[in-house]
Amino acid sequence: MRPRTREFRRGAAAAIDDEKIQRSLLGLYEGFHKSRQTAAAGTEDWEALRERARQVKTHTIANLDRYLEMFEARVTEMGGIVRFAADAEAANRYVLDLARSRGVRTVVKSKSMVSEEMGLNEVLAGAGIESVETDLGEYVIQLAGEAPFHIVAPAIHKDRHDVSELFHRELGTERARDIGELGLQTRRQLREKFLIADMGVTGANFMVAETGTLVLVTNEGNGRMSTSMPRIHVALAGMERVVPTLEDMGMFLRLLIRSATGQRISSYVTLVNGLRRETDEDGPEEFHIVIVDNGRSRMLADPELREALNCIRCGACLNACPVYRKVGGHSYGYVYPGPIGAIVTPMLTDLGDAKDLPYASSLCGACREACPVKINIPRMLLTLRRDLAEGSEVSGRRKGSVMERAAFAAWRRLFASNRLLGLGLRMGRLMQAPLVRRGSIGWLPAPLSGWTRHRTLRPLPARSFRDRWNSGLGRGR
Amino acid sequence: MTCVVDRFCPEVGESTVRVLRAFGADVRFREAQTCCGQPAFNSGYWSEAKPLARSLLKLYSDSEQVVVPSGSCASMIRVFYEELFHEDPEDLAAARALAPRVLELSEYLAEVVESRPAAPAPDSDGTVRVTYHEACHLRRELGAVTQARSLLAALPGVDLVEMDQAEVCCGFGGTFAVKYADISGAMLRDKVERIEGSGADVVTACDASCLMHIAGGLEKAGVPVRAMHLAQVLDEHMADLPAVDLARSRE
Repeated sequence: MRPRTREFRRGAAAAIDDEKIQRSLLGLYEGFHKSRQTAAAGTEDWEALRERARQVKTHTIANLDRYLEMFEARVTEMGGIVRFAADAEAANRYVLDLARSRGVRTVVKSKSMVSEEMGLNEVLAGAGIESVETDLGEYVIQLAGEAPFHIVAPAIHKDRHDVSELFHRELGTERARDIGELGLQTRRQLREKFLIADMGVTGANFMVAETGTLVLVTNEGNGRMSTSMPRIHVALAGMERVVPTLEDMGMFLRLLIRSATGQRISSYVTLVNGLRRETDEDGPEEFHIVIVDNGRSRMLADPELREALNCIRCGACLNACPVYRKVGGHSYGYVYPGPIGAIVTPMLTDLGDAKDLPYASSLCGACREACPVKINIPRMLLTLRRDLAEGSEVSGRRKGSVMERAAFAAWRRLFASNRLLGLGLRMGRLMQAPLVRRGSIGWLPAPLSGWTRHRTLRPLPARSFRDRWNSGLGRGR
Repeated sequence: MTCVVDRFCPEVGESTVRVLRAFGADVRFREAQTCCGQPAFNSGYWSEAKPLARSLLKLYSDSEQVVVPSGSCASMIRVFYEELFHEDPEDLAAARALAPRVLELSEYLAEVVESRPAAPAPDSDGTVRVTYHEACHLRRELGAVTQARSLLAALPGVDLVEMDQAEVCCGFGGTFAVKYADISGAMLRDKVERIEGSGADVVTACDASCLMHIAGGLEKAGVPVRAMHLAQVLDEHMADLPAVDLARSRE
């Protein structure tokens, strides 16, 4: 997917003005966010579980090469093929070559964020191969030609009227009266695709190193259909999806599902071990898994940002984030929105282009509070801001804007000296005089005009605290 | 005293001093103090934040207890100096030495209250309805969720009424409020709506800067709710507490 991170401000403004989007975003707090809290409160030792998960993740990422090799060996033993792809292009090429050499005409896809990074649907379509999303939300946004709005609920910004209208326009179906009917319409469309598809493409929620197991979590069963009906199964996984043992996987499942939707378990959890065996009723004849780097090594190499690889993509930080709940998913301009996206997206794309993402946060920390693996997102936002402002040896980034640097140097000189600050504020009081109306300031010139667009400002007081302290307060008891 | 309180909201500072004295503390103010460096740190200019942080560490190196009427500035000193100086061992040692002695005002007062006989059960027919906004850094960096609420609940003249989503950020976020003014403003409108919805006469919090932003939003929206720092609410209603409690010093 081509990043559009430079357009953050425009996208954010559009989302804030869009009443429909604001309504769906408002629902995230009462819906997913509250459900997650209830599920967490109802789970014994939730905090201990989070801490244990954080430790396992940190250990796994620190030993990533070892666990990936172990996973590769197990999958190969079971007849599967593991391929490492350095970037999106290499991953696309592998899938496309495979599809062409096997005469694939139709691909069914279950949800995969990595495939969004790759832009796989477009690549396949360009080669004349039909690729159909089978997760309902993904199906909707594919028809609409949009990117996912949310990691877990990609079409959360569309209501049933939008979807009904979209289906009518794109598929020629009757306008549906209710959600049940929309579900049936989707099912009719997708059932046919499942039956004729030659290849199923899935993502990977987890790869279990000790057993070579691929784990998929869905609520619609489309993951299981995609892995069992077509003759070829291709799984796409970011290289950080590996976990050491089946037992670890069980722990992450508990955290992932509760944090994503508040469910104790999703409707389907699919464990895939290689290809169809003689005794199996169904399953693919070929199983490929493409493990994608696409910028992740850069994160791994940076000790201050490596923790972002611990993410299990539950979306809890999005639902918890008051900024995401205003600007929505599309403004972030790439596959990963919200707090974790504000770290991952600049790292996977270009930090300079995506510089708004780490700054567009009040650093309230709601993301960290919600994260099932306790990722310290605010700390990494601060690190990225520092890299943007002062440059970074690790990433080779140069220093940021000259103007802003000069402004902060001046700010520091002013605030380092009580004498200068006192003088500055005395000047401020003189300058504010014509702006004060009935005890408050309703308009300020740039760069402070943003403040008064949404709030009034109290004028600078005639006497500071230190003045009052010195004229009596300090001597009191 | 935070620079925001010192220079912009001095009445919060006055109330803080009176409340601390009422709770028995011997209050000192170091005039050489300026700013903790948080605005530069949060904006990525760590090299500009460091000199300010260093002089603060030096200035307070010999103080017994540093009480800060701001969850955010207290977090900067207690939590984020560790981050700021993670590559400067000497400063890091100084930061770690000071950190355990730094408390936000409500944390400090709650500790004092806990160390003396239980406050009298609050009278339910309080006169002023006060709603409490949880400032983000106080809740999530310092982990202080109950202290301010307990203090408010103990004031006989105050009815503590909860707003919806009290723990959700008001949208201030320092330079964020100016740099991304429209996002911040959208967050603020939600907060103002919830404050109004609570039916409170007063909204209180433990950060003057968040309150400055909230007060400006309330005025812009024409919502007649007063925004007061916790120190001001305590200062105004402490007289209602039995005198014997107030006279107890922190021994």
